[in-house]
Amino acid sequence: MINRLAVTVIWVKDQNEALHFYTEKLGFEIRADVTKGDYRWISVGAKNQPDFEIGLSALKPSMALTEDEVQVLTKLVESGKLGHCVWKTDDCQKAYEAMTAKGVEFMQPPQARPYGTIEAIFKDTSGNIMVLSQDKR
Amino acid sequence: MYYNKQIQLARRLLDQRYATAITIEQLSHEVALSPYYLIRLFHRIYKQTPHQYLIRVRITKAKDLLINSNLSITEICADVGFESLGSFSTLFRKIVGISPSAYRHSSQTIRQSVYIPLCTCLLHGISDTLEP
Repeated sequence: MINRLAVTVIWVKDQNEALHFYTEKLGFEIRADVTKGDYRWISVGAKNQPDFEIGLSALKPSMALTEDEVQVLTKLVESGKLGHCVWKTDDCQKAYEAMTAKGVEFMQPPQARPYGTIEAIFKDTSGNIMVLSQDKR
Repeated sequence: MYYNKQIQLARRLLDQRYATAITIEQLSHEVALSPYYLIRLFHRIYKQTPHQYLIRVRITKAKDLLINSNLSITEICADVGFESLGSFSTLFRKIVGISPSAYRHSSQTIRQSVYIPLCTCLLHGISDTLEP
């Protein structure tokens, strides 16, 4: 049987820019940084969740992606139609303030949701939409 | 290609002597090609110039030392062959995305083993062997 989710992958327009965002603005740790030829596999994860990582896969023409596919995917990523994630926090307002101070741009400040959470929404440097979510205390 | 062996030798020499101040003139002399021809052929095979390759080797070694040693950033800079801390930091940030100190700080839990998920290997046509 499946035990848990260990790795997921999101597309990013620029891996260096994304690494800077996830480590220095969100405070994530680097879990892997491997280069094989032209390909760089880099993954990051939240400090409190060592058994889960998110791969930052570069949107660039390669063996995997044609230029046309890169263009299509880039448009979808930029418009927030790919790569949604929900990140849990103990204090949404506090995290929102700390992240805003570091330059993270929010689409929506913390708001109480009808299903019992407080949630804010931000985008990463590529356009992937991320939800910052706090469970009701 | 006729000069394949010489280009491969040039790459091996860069892998071995990355910590020294090796010049393109020295390298081209050792592989018996003109600097111009060496750069051109090296780029044709490896999609980067010998200098770009050397910088990447140095940065890769620096990343390893940042994760696996207690050496200071200044010591690492010198150990991998950079003469200036400024240029080391600038190139590190340009190639890796964050500064050497931020990389060390953020990589406390980085895996020591080389692991790329199989789905990613299949998608990008890369081998899942341990060699870089």
